[in-house]
Amino acid sequence: MSGNEAIARGAYEAGVTVAAAYPGTPSTEILENIIEYKDYIYSEWAPNEKVATEVAIGASIGGARSLAAMKHVGVNVAADPIFTYAYLGVNGGFVLVTADDPSMHSSQNEQDNRYYAKFAKMAMIEPSDSQECKDFMKEAYRVSEEYDTPVLFRVTTRICHSKSIVELGEREEVSFKPYVKNIPKYVAAPANAKLAHARVEKRLEALEEYSNKSPLNKIEYNNKKIGIISSGVAYQYAKEIFGEDASYLKIGFTYPLPMNLIKEFSQNVEELYVIEELEPYMEEQIKAAGIKCTGKELIPRLYELNPEIIANALLDKVYETKKLDVNPVPRPPVLCPGCPHRGFFYTISKKKNRVVTGDIGCYTLGASQPLEALDTCICMGAGFSAGMGISKAFEVSGRPGKVFGVVGDSTFFHSGITGAIDIVYNKGNMVPVVLDNRITGMTGHQENPGTGKTLMGEPTTEIDVVGVLKAIGYKTVKVVDPCDLKAMEDTVKEAEEATESYAIVTKRPCVLIKGLPAPKTKCIVDRDKCKECKMCLKVGCPAIFFKDGKAYIEQSMCVGCDVCLQVCKFDAIGRVGE
Amino acid sequence: MYVFKCANLMPLEGLVNRMKTVKNILLVGVGGQGTILVSKVLTAGLMKAGYDVKMSEVHGMAQRGGSVTTQVRYGDKVYSPLIGKGMADILVAFEKMEAVRWIEYLKPDGIVVVNNYEIPSLPIAIGKAEYPQGIMEALKNSFKTIEIDAAKVATELGNIKTQNIVLLGALVKAFELTEVDWIEVLKEIIPAKMIDINIKAFNKGMEL
Repeated sequence: MSGNEAIARGAYEAGVTVAAAYPGTPSTEILENIIEYKDYIYSEWAPNEKVATEVAIGASIGGARSLAAMKHVGVNVAADPIFTYAYLGVNGGFVLVTADDPSMHSSQNEQDNRYYAKFAKMAMIEPSDSQECKDFMKEAYRVSEEYDTPVLFRVTTRICHSKSIVELGEREEVSFKPYVKNIPKYVAAPANAKLAHARVEKRLEALEEYSNKSPLNKIEYNNKKIGIISSGVAYQYAKEIFGEDASYLKIGFTYPLPMNLIKEFSQNVEELYVIEELEPYMEEQIKAAGIKCTGKELIPRLYELNPEIIANALLDKVYETKKLDVNPVPRPPVLCPGCPHRGFFYTISKKKNRVVTGDIGCYTLGASQPLEALDTCICMGAGFSAGMGISKAFEVSGRPGKVFGVVGDSTFFHSGITGAIDIVYNKGNMVPVVLDNRITGMTGHQENPGTGKTLMGEPTTEIDVVGVLKAIGYKTVKVVDPCDLKAMEDTVKEAEEATESYAIVTKRPCVLIKGLPAPKTKCIVDRDKCKECKMCLKVGCPAIFFKDGKAYIEQSMCVGCDVCLQVCKFDAIGRVGE
Repeated sequence: MYVFKCANLMPLEGLVNRMKTVKNILLVGVGGQGTILVSKVLTAGLMKAGYDVKMSEVHGMAQRGGSVTTQVRYGDKVYSPLIGKGMADILVAFEKMEAVRWIEYLKPDGIVVVNNYEIPSLPIAIGKAEYPQGIMEALKNSFKTIEIDAAKVATELGNIKTQNIVLLGALVKAFELTEVDWIEVLKEIIPAKMIDINIKAFNKGMEL
């Protein structure tokens, strides 16, 4: 099982009945696996992480054991309700899974979310493999209910997406906690919050006591010359390198830290090392307690660790390698052949001085060569709102030209709507563009409010992007097929010249959606007509490259979107299969 | 500042011996080539053979035509799901240039199974770089290299997408993993309508 599958299984075994999430790598498969238990667990894709967290919080107040799951930056979106719920305390157990991404395999930063537990003053658990993912979930719910605290369940890419053997257990039938109206506990008004904060400080003392005797924190004494404190996947790396040649304090319950246990361990080993990925989260607290140890002096703070990095840092062990005289060319990710975003980005990039604010999703790839069509990518929703800010700065500075802001359909529902409102309300000189490909693309095709289907597979109201934009007050909402370059070009021009609010929705499904009809035709180059002008390379399609001096279209990759065909000025690209 | 390396506290023999008991397979390719499926089959087969197995893969952004890797580690007891440079026993490259990109992860006496197949990356496709020449020779000069024309075999079988299973066959042979009934494992993982051609692809890979 992968860590994500095991977390889903753990939720099932722990008696969870409500789960909510917004997809984000590396967390997505948690909810995708929870659907397997749909006879027991209600689950949903929420429009964003804040909503997912609030749904799970509500379920907890309502008496259910509940779960919210998201990637590390999703926790930023959900931080508001999390911090307050940490004050209020739970009814049914509440666990928030944060899936961090050291090395930024698929993220915009590698923030270490362990600090959220300390910051919000809630308990934290960190598993180190799939078995622990499952088993620790059960303990997480027990701790949540016994200590009246939300639990942050922190995993990383290598936990989520590594597979290891898991022994399964039975589902615990947990009885629903009765719902009792309790205004002092659940209404976070100042008077109540003051009392709540005092309770939270007491709770932390109790939790530290638990931490010192928690089954999740274990000392393994072997050779006592070297003592290693570690947590998460870093423990596995350490174990791989040091084996029985060192003693370990493996910490699975990482907030509050078991300070007594750490002291005891430090006194029984000669030299103490703290091996953790990313920030010196444990090391800082251990050093602050006056305990001598070595950590980030030797172990990198950047990117994910692995056994070789640890062996190198601590043992000076260098693994031999052989280099070749040949150098590889980089292979960055690209928009797929036939990607509907290509037509839009190609059109918008024709005028190089256009400012286009981007967002998070497949369309972030619009910034790559050769399109280079984006100016910014910050976070979910900023495609609209940061564009609004740029347009205002330009208004003041006198720089001419409208700003175009880009979000996808799922991102529009996530946090694009509020930005779209701001543009109309505060009269931004910009054009919001929703690239509607009918699915949440980058994370691997999850349903969203615009697809007409729920996570549990039920048909539901399909929320209409165009209708929403019209209701907000856009005078013109232009729907266009992005692969029709003439229509796309006309639309961009019209938008640029419009004197009233104007929004664009490009509509064409992602080519990877399963069950779409197979393309009727493919594009092919007529070598005699090709003048080697390389215009077709400017669309940045991975299926097109030069072969033996002329343009060539790889037939196994082409899906016949016709974008290159419209770009060729010499009619050298035609269709086959008609 | 208090910094103390533990190099002098621990003899390296223990580490060296431990490393011998675990085997590391590194699969590299281009998004869409089916590396993850092969690592799934490998993991399932090795588990059946009674090994402790860990497999690690990367999802998301990288899958969009980028360079992808998966790792499979097996032995009596495996801790880390991940290896670092100089740790792989065998490198299976689904694409030639990817073999070069990841070669530093291979032990100096490791084996390379390489698909003689080129997929130009975007800088090459748009004319900003050239596909590197002399890859096969460079590999053969430095490592025990097994060259496979998986595309040709797969095309002859009638489906170019079975390249990955041809390579699985070649890997099984090169690494002498014949204790596992791989056909049985393939049947469990691959959908029934695709199984026949994939079994053929596997057998062809074993013959190469």
